[in-house]
Order: sequence, then structure tokens, then C-alpha cells
Amino acid sequence: MMSTDAFALPRPELAPRPIVARLHDWVTTVDHKRLGILYIIYALVFLVIAGIEATVIRLQLIRPHNDFVSPQVFNRMFTMHGTTMIFFVVMPFLFGFANYLIPLMIGARDMAFPRLNAFSFWMTAFGGLLLYFSLVGANGLYGAGNAPDVGWFAYAPLTSRTFSVGHSTDFWTLALLVSGFGSIGTAINIVATVLCMRCPGMTLAKMPLFSWLNLVMAGLVILAVSPLTAAQIMLLVDRYLGGHFFDTQAGGSAVIWMHFFWIFGHPEVYVLVLPAFAFVSEIIPVFSRKPIFGYSVMVGATVAIGFISMSVWAHHMFTVGMGANVNTFFVLSTMAIAVPTGIKIFNWLATMWGGKIEFKTPMLFCIAFLFQFLAAGLTGVMLSVAPFTWHLGNSYFVVAHFHYVIVGGILFALFGAFYYWLPKMSGKMYSEALGKLHFLLFFIGFHLTFDFMHIPGLLGMPRRIYTYEPGRGWDVWNFIVTVGVFFQAAGILVFLGNLLWSHFRGKAAGSDPWDAWTLEWSTNSPPPAYNFASIPVVKSRRPLWDLKHPADPDWNYE
Amino acid sequence: MRSRGSNTWRVLLSQVAVCICGAAVAFADTPLSPTNIFAPASTPAKSIFGLSLFVLAVTGAIFLVVFTLLLYSVVRFRKRKNDDGREPPQVYGSNQVELAWTIIPILIVVALFMATARVIAIVQKTSPPSNAIEVTVIGHQFWWEYRYPDLGVVTANELHVPVSDPSHPTPTFLKLHSADTDHSFWVPRLGGKTDLIPNHPNTMWIDPQETGLYLGQCAQYCGTQHAKMLLRVYVQSKDEFDRWIQHQRQTASVSVTASQGQRIFETTACINCHTVSGTVANGRFGPDLTHLMSRATIAAGAAANTPQNLRRWILNPNAIKPGSLMPAMELNDQELDALTVYLETLR
Amino acid sequence: MNATSMTVAEGRIEWDRPARGRIGMFGLIAAEAAIFTIFVVAYLFYVGRSLTGPMPKDVLSVPVFYTICLLSSSLTIHLAAKSLRRGSVLSFGILWLATIALGAAFLYGTATEWHRLIYKEGLTISTNLFGTTYYSLVGLHGFHVVAGLVSLSIVMALTLLGSVGSEHAERVDVLSLYWHFVDAVWIVVFTVVYVIGR
Repeated sequence: MMSTDAFALPRPELAPRPIVARLHDWVTTVDHKRLGILYIIYALVFLVIAGIEATVIRLQLIRPHNDFVSPQVFNRMFTMHGTTMIFFVVMPFLFGFANYLIPLMIGARDMAFPRLNAFSFWMTAFGGLLLYFSLVGANGLYGAGNAPDVGWFAYAPLTSRTFSVGHSTDFWTLALLVSGFGSIGTAINIVATVLCMRCPGMTLAKMPLFSWLNLVMAGLVILAVSPLTAAQIMLLVDRYLGGHFFDTQAGGSAVIWMHFFWIFGHPEVYVLVLPAFAFVSEIIPVFSRKPIFGYSVMVGATVAIGFISMSVWAHHMFTVGMGANVNTFFVLSTMAIAVPTGIKIFNWLATMWGGKIEFKTPMLFCIAFLFQFLAAGLTGVMLSVAPFTWHLGNSYFVVAHFHYVIVGGILFALFGAFYYWLPKMSGKMYSEALGKLHFLLFFIGFHLTFDFMHIPGLLGMPRRIYTYEPGRGWDVWNFIVTVGVFFQAAGILVFLGNLLWSHFRGKAAGSDPWDAWTLEWSTNSPPPAYNFASIPVVKSRRPLWDLKHPADPDWNYE
Repeated sequence: MRSRGSNTWRVLLSQVAVCICGAAVAFADTPLSPTNIFAPASTPAKSIFGLSLFVLAVTGAIFLVVFTLLLYSVVRFRKRKNDDGREPPQVYGSNQVELAWTIIPILIVVALFMATARVIAIVQKTSPPSNAIEVTVIGHQFWWEYRYPDLGVVTANELHVPVSDPSHPTPTFLKLHSADTDHSFWVPRLGGKTDLIPNHPNTMWIDPQETGLYLGQCAQYCGTQHAKMLLRVYVQSKDEFDRWIQHQRQTASVSVTASQGQRIFETTACINCHTVSGTVANGRFGPDLTHLMSRATIAAGAAANTPQNLRRWILNPNAIKPGSLMPAMELNDQELDALTVYLETLR
Repeated sequence: MNATSMTVAEGRIEWDRPARGRIGMFGLIAAEAAIFTIFVVAYLFYVGRSLTGPMPKDVLSVPVFYTICLLSSSLTIHLAAKSLRRGSVLSFGILWLATIALGAAFLYGTATEWHRLIYKEGLTISTNLFGTTYYSLVGLHGFHVVAGLVSLSIVMALTLLGSVGSEHAERVDVLSLYWHFVDAVWIVVFTVVYVIGR
């Protein structure tokens, strides 16, 4: 009977080391657990900053012809909000959890390349700082210091020297170039770790779905972030060396920037969502007390999603004038990807079916994820119908759709992951009452904002407008959307408070507070630096189930 | 005592109810929104409308079915208070079930795809009949230029087209170009949006079947004043349209009382950007002002076309449309008054 | 693929996993291949679309000799890695040096070609679409050759210091994968620029 608490080294109470030495440890660490925590803390800080940017946007749009901020400031707000949330909030969160959990789940002592891991984190971190340095460093016509204002997808020729004077666009370009190298480094690390560092007995067919989903995500990062890197280099050549990649006056094409960007941009959203699927695929089984339904199909669907996602990018360009045949192809490929995605939802449903569901905070967030991701996926199917997108593209319907996926899907799954794995990372439980309060506030705020946001889109409101005309029927919906922001902000504050409460007052979690089945729960909370006293050997997908139920192990059924 | 779990269900259900009501309001053909995509007045918009109803029905049905199943499973299979502590039956999968919920979505995708391909062909593979009105639309930061090459008309910001009788259609075909960045032409009641991209001409067509004024705005972020690049499309009867064309083809009216203003106009930088046909002003960077007073708004809809607004605009465009590319002309009060009087004569 | 034997709680078992250095290098190659693909797509898209200026067939001359140099360096590096695996550090060192020399010759050829194009033909990166796409694509490749040569030179220096032995054969193999990739990219770039695009 394996109780790894017995393997824990005794911890004599020593005087804590000086703060400088401890900070130095953190800054120079190559331990995947510490780097994971650094990614997560970094992302939390930027979550708050980007959330403030969103609040500014919504305050400006609370009524028509509002003058809370100038159009220049507004345009910077939505550019920074989008860029920050995608590259410096969600991706670091996901890389952080992946770094922390993958070695533990596959029975390894660290990632394949610990120093590359550290390098990748610091590249990402400096990229974010570079982006925000634009607030003081970029000088344009509008005075000292301005952030980029070209939108997070920075269409040409708006980004050319002619139309984007000063250096704000360069900060956008360079920040993403730098953090892109970090992302690719992390992705290579994840692939090598999952393929090369699994503990004995853990074949690819026996590893947790979390590892599979992050493996496919990493493959997508390698194939998709690289085109963005290429496009950024081309943009720099245009802006600094007089190149003509996107210079329409010299015969260049603005459309080719869109192709290159979306060849990155669409797989990117799968990079964001696959780890969210990973969280949900680990949490739902444990709180339903059943194994995941259809493991092999889930793996197959994930790989299918990965492949198909590389072929759908131009559904972001249905209005660009690519011709009827090209439009029709991308309608087909986009609809096709709905099939494996839907299969996943059904498998999660079937996992809960016949189970004994416990409504602890992680599970609440994952259940909400299921409903919300269902709705988001269906608005995605609506948008795959190109003629419908000729109306709804570039409108608030699209903004509502992708926020439904990213906030209602990914962020909810992330909150679930926080509550589920925080006890492992810190060794302390959180407050269940505060967790449920967080859920309630954020749920209400999310739905107030993003359900009603679909309506102005259906009534003709385009996106990226700093103000709008009265008399178009948009006013009341925008008002409600803004009100929801305050509930979400309250929810986030409760969440941050819960993290603090857990740190100061949380009771000891023990190694396995949830009675779960994957390897990370077999070690201490928090795990020692070496993760496991001895490398485990596994015989099924749920090694701890086998240990807890020696009379009825999983390997009889898999 | 109400448990936390059921509290959550109440919240969930109330939110769902609110969403459905909100959606119902939006879907109704509400006269409160002149830009409602569900109030089509032209064939492309109507084709999209028909398709969208089909798509909404299919996705709505899927949503109801899966939503109900999810809700049921979460309620029915919750852990009860009197639980015996044993694990439930461990079910690992089922090939038949997986097959079923793979095949059915594939069939749904096929149906949706066929319906979609049909509408794409209707809208995008149509070529202009011989009696179509041809308009060249050139997008600028932050205004719309309209040229009617066959009819010899150049105007700005307010598009006039003839109404189209469904039995003898007279559609308007728009060629879309851009002079600077990307823009997008979106008048929801008349059709889906099509982008204006430099060095990438596009075409679209509309055949509005009811006269009236249709609103829209630029739908591709094009810079600081993207929000104020509004669209006004006047659909007129054949006679009214012909009269409008005739009027627009005339050169600018000359007025003696406005000669001082005209002199100011023609000796400052105004003529570098603006055209007033029949005079020395032939700039192309800004809107054609020959028949400025025939338009209801100025600055692409940013303000009503009144003498006070006109004066305010010339004094400092950034006061009305901050980020607009027209510079403040640094004129004194007397010059401004004279200039406004002159512009008021450009009917 | 390495089969490793691990001593674990249950005794010795055979457990086969790929080597992480190799997988990591494949990952890097995949990412770089994606970057190059985008530049190649841009190059092909813009073939024949320059509005002005010198066209490829007017100014490009096919660098046959330097291409042979670069491609032969793949052979020499392959032989070098084999030598090291066998344990003959001396022949490894010679072949490694030959690889570096051939790579440097290729760079010299690129440099002279560019000098001629810029100063004699007046083709720069800002001249027209051809100039932009040509210098970007060939330049990106050249940059990777430089990065490769730097890595190879570091290994050369370590070899001269006597620090390299047959136990490093696997790492040298992995590094040579990168070099083979750089050569393979050149085959593609050569075809696109000097065959298709001309």
C-alpha cells in the first residue's frame, strides 16, 4: 500500500532564509512547479490589468455618444485588452498549469528541458512587459507614450508606417515576437516531456487525457505560432526596411496578412481551448465518481480537432471577397470541426450519467462550462454559415461568441482547475463558501454581459466602435452588458480573496483531498522538489484507483 | 433550509429565461432598430434571412436537446444525502453510443452545408443584368465616396439607389475599392457586409424592394474614427432617383452673395482636398462638395447638416470627429461666416 | 529510439521511449519549417506581381557551385557523426571542419551575390515585391546557416580542446539534424527562387 506521506523527508523547522536569497531562488529556478506558479501569478496580474481595460471599454459604451474616454484611448483599450488576454493571461495560465501538472501526472521528475522551460517563461514575461512599456515608450503624434491601437489582429495596411505613425505598432509586433519564442519553447518542451518522460507502464494509451490534450495543444503551438512569427518579421521588414509585403501601393496584398494571421489565429483558439478541455476531462470524472467515458474516442476527437483546426482559418475572412468556392470550402471545414467537438460534450455528459455528482466548487465551474461551451459552440456553428457571417462577422455577435468560449468556457474551466489543484500546489484548502460565492457572482455577471451582447450584433452593431448612434435599438442592451462587468469584477475580487484566505487560513489539504485517481495525488501537497520518492510504475489509466480498489482494478476493463 | 446547490439551479434557470426573452425581442421585426438583420428589404438580405432561420432552428433544437440532457444528468445523478459511500458502476465507454452521436452530427452538418452552399451561390455568383445601376464605392478614412461611372455622378457619404420591383428587378451593383485602409460596407437590411480592401476590389449587389432610408456603418476597423463612418442609403422611386441623378450631374451653382466665401475657399487649402465641379477646386482626398447641401448629414453622418454644424466643423473638425483627417483651417470668425454662406449655396 | 532499462520498485523492466534531445530537435525543426513555409508562400504569391524594377530573370544567376558546397556539407556532417560514434575523434574533427568550411563558402557565395545585386543591379529589399520577398527568404535561410555555423564552431572549439568523445555522439547526431534541415530548406528555397520564380 503506497502512502507517499511515508516517503516524505522530515522537515525540521529552520529559520527562513533571507528574502533576497528566496527571491533569487525563484528568479533562477528551473523547477517545473515553480515555473508553473510563476506563469500563474504573472497571468493573474495581467488578468486584473486586462479586466480594467475591459471595464473602461464597457463604461465608454454604457450609453450612446458617451465621452468617458476619447476614441484614441478607446482604440488602445480594445487592442491592449485583446492582446493581453490572449497572450499574457490565458496562454500563461495554461502553460503554467501544463508545466506544473504534466510531469506529476506522467510520473516524471521534471519537464524534458528544465532550462528551456525557464527561458520560455522569461521570454513570455518580458514580452508582456515590452507590450506595456509602450504606454511610456512609444511616441507618436498624440504625445508621449501610447499603446498600440491597431486591434489585436492588426490588419494591414493600417499597421504600415503611413497609417500607424510612431512606435506603438512596433511594441505590439516585438512583444508578440518575443513571447512567441517563449510559447514555441514551452511547446517543444511539452512534446518532448510527454513523449519521452512517461513513467514505466504509462503507454500513450494509458496517460491522463490532460497529457494528451496538452500534447496536441503543443503541436498546434509549434505549427501555428510560427506563422505569426513569420508575419511579424514581415511586418517589421515593411515598417523598418522599406519592404512591401503588405504594401498595397507597391502591388502588395492586405489580404495575405489576414491569411497569415488567421493561419495562426484559428489554431490559436484551439491552443486556448484544448487545455480547458483537459481540466474538465480530469475534474468531471472525479466529482462524478466515474472514469471518463470513451477515453479512446476523446483522444481521437482531440487529434481530429487538432488537424481540422489547421484548415478552417479563412472563416475569419468570409467578408473579404475570396470568391464563392473558397468560402464554401471553409464553411465545410468549419462545420466539420463541430463534429469531434460535439462528441466531446457528449462524452462529458455520459461521464456524469449514472454517477454520484458532488457540487464542490471545481465541479460547479465545470458544469457551467458544459452548458456555456455548448451554447458557444452552437453560435460558432451559426457563424460557420458564411452568409450569416456576412451579417454577423465583425459585429457584437462575434464578440459575444468568442467571449462565450473564452470566458464562459476557458475561464470557467480555469477557475475549476484553480480550485481543484490549488490544494496540491499550496498544500492548503480554499474556502468552499467563498468559492461558491465567487461562482455565483461571476456566473451572474458572465450571463448578464455575454448573453445580452449577442443582441446588438443581431441588430447591426459592429465591433471596435468607440461610440454608437442612438435610435438603432442598441442602447438598453449595451447598458445591461456593462452592468454585468461589475458582477464579474466582484467575482474576481472574491476569488483573489479566497486565494489569500487559503494561504493564511486554509487547512492542510493532505496529498489527496478529492479522492482522485491520477499520479499527482500520490505525492505530498505541495510535492517535494523531486516529485516522487521513487518513479511509479502504472498498469492502467487510473493508477490510484487500482491502489484503492485492489480487488477491482481498472486494468481488467481497459 | 435551501442548500447551496439548489440556489445555483434557481440562478441558472432564471438566467436561461432572461436569455430566451431577450432573444425573442431581438428576433421580432422591431421597428425600433433600423439595422435589424431580421428585417430584410432586399434579395441578398432575404436569402440570408431564410437561411438564418433554418440555421437557428437546427442549432436551437440541438441546444434544447443537449441542454435538457445536461440538466437532467446534473439533477438526477447528484450525490444524495443518504449516500452509502460506494462508488457508482464504472462505465468506460460504449462503441454503439459513440457511433450514434458521431453519425447524427455528421448528417446535420451535411444538411447545413448544402443549405449554406446554395445561398452562397445565389448571392456571390450573380452577375449584373444589363439594367443594373453600377456604383463604384471608394472607402476613405473616414468617409464614403460614390461614383456612378455610367451616369456621370460623383458624390459622398449618402448613397442613392432606385427601388427594385421584384417582377422587373433593377438591382444596384457596387464595386468596392479603398483609398487607404480596410473598410466594410454594411447596411443590414439590404445585405451582408463586404469589405473594401486596397488593391483587392470586391463586388456586391442589392435590390431594395421598399423605398426609404436605410442605415449602416463601416464594419472593419479602419482607424480612429471608424465608429463615425456611417452609411445612409436612400432608396428612391425611379422618378425620384432620375431627378436626383440629374441634379447631381449639374455643376455647382454660382451665387454672387457668396463670392467672398468662394474666394476664401479657392485661395486656401480647401481646393487641395475637395472638388466643386465647375470651379478650380478639384481635390480628391476629401468628399466632393458640389452638392453638399443636398445631403442630410456631414462628416459621414457625424453631425446633421446645419449651418452651425458646418461652421463648427470647418473651425475645428476634431471638435466633432476627433481623429478626422481634415485639419483645422485656422480661419477667423469673419472668414468662417463667409465660407459657411458659400457652402450653403452648394445645393 | 532508445530502450532503457529502469530499476523500479518491481525490479528491472524494459521501457522504451524516444530520446528527448531528438524529439526536441524535431519540434524545433517543425516550428522552423512552419516559419519558412510562410515565407515561401509569400514568395510564390508575389511571383510576377512586382509593379516595377528588376525582375528575377534579369538579375538572378543560379548559384550552382555554392549550392553544391552546402549540400555536400550534409554529407560531411553525416560522415563526421558516424566517425564520432565509431570513436575516431580525429576524422570526426576533420570532417566537422570541412562541414564548417563548406557552410562558410555557401555564405560567402550568398554575400557576393547580394553585393552584386545591390550595387550593380540596384535590387534592394525596398525596391519592389521581388526584392522584398527575395532578400527576406534567402536572408532568413542565411541567418539559419549562420546560427548553425556558430553551433558547429562551438563544437569545433570543444573538439580542439579535447573535450569531445564518442559519448557525445548522440548530441552531435541531434545537432547534425539541424544542419540537415538547413540544407533541406535550401533545396526548397533554391527551387522556388531560381527555378520556379525565374
